[in-house]
Amino acid sequence: MKFAVIVFPGSNCDRDMYHAIKDVMRVEADLVWYENSNLENYDGILLPGGFSYGDYLRSGAVAATSEVMKQVKEHASKGKPVLGVCNGFQVLTEAGLLPGALMRNKNLSFMCHQEPLVVMNNKTPFTTGYEQKEVIHLPIAHGEGNYFCDEATLLELKNNDQIVFTYKNNPNGSIDNIAGIVNKEGNVLGMMPHPERAVEALLGSNDGMKLFQSMIKNWRESYVTNA
Amino acid sequence: MRKVTVFITLKQGVLDPQGKAIQESLNSLGYKEIQEARVGKYIELQVEEGPELEARVKGMCDKLLANPVIEDYRFDVEEAVRS
Repeated sequence: MKFAVIVFPGSNCDRDMYHAIKDVMRVEADLVWYENSNLENYDGILLPGGFSYGDYLRSGAVAATSEVMKQVKEHASKGKPVLGVCNGFQVLTEAGLLPGALMRNKNLSFMCHQEPLVVMNNKTPFTTGYEQKEVIHLPIAHGEGNYFCDEATLLELKNNDQIVFTYKNNPNGSIDNIAGIVNKEGNVLGMMPHPERAVEALLGSNDGMKLFQSMIKNWRESYVTNA
Repeated sequence: MRKVTVFITLKQGVLDPQGKAIQESLNSLGYKEIQEARVGKYIELQVEEGPELEARVKGMCDKLLANPVIEDYRFDVEEAVRS
């Protein structure tokens, strides 16, 4: 399996993501600059955190219109995995790959600390390594992570089991404590907490490891014959 | 050339914490009459004359300038500006 970490001007968690895949998971990964990129030879796409285009207009809005996102949409439409973390989640909602929007935190503060989360759906290709309802600890680092969608969309998210992670102690005002969701098909995950910053127990938590392990294991089982 | 001004506001019912902070701040300055403040965006576009100008501006708003999930918008097109 080979991952592409998409780098936009203003991305700043790209190297953490690359480190998690390359050094901790020991799986191939490239940092891919957003311009003139070709994603054809990659199996998994990772949209990292940061402040693409300085969060101008709305966080993720400008990156969502970039050429590389057309390729990400195509990749997603083939059922291949796409993970967007933090700003990556914002880009996915702005690009229409995930429903809803991420708004300013309710308390207006940028928050950077570890939060307990509940795994609400362990059937997605990103979460099979976790127990259903398992409580995990991942760092958050955002000013605009307040997930919002209308009532009809929320009902749809619930009915389709698209809510993957919720906050135990909602830090930002997100509707229904939502921390991460998948698309209807289940192959595109967006989440505000940072699994790539939780891959070394020495640094506070390695609860993010199972997410990447799940992605890799599920990809190998579906795409590699005799795996 | 035409001057297009776009006004973007959060939809009614969508929480506006910035507006809330401004309202409280105005109240604490003694402007007790302020019941609500809501923050939006104002964008000016200089646009070349062309067909379907309004439809094209609407497209720009839907695709980029506003996020229809959380925001409403309206725009004014002003008569030719001398450049």
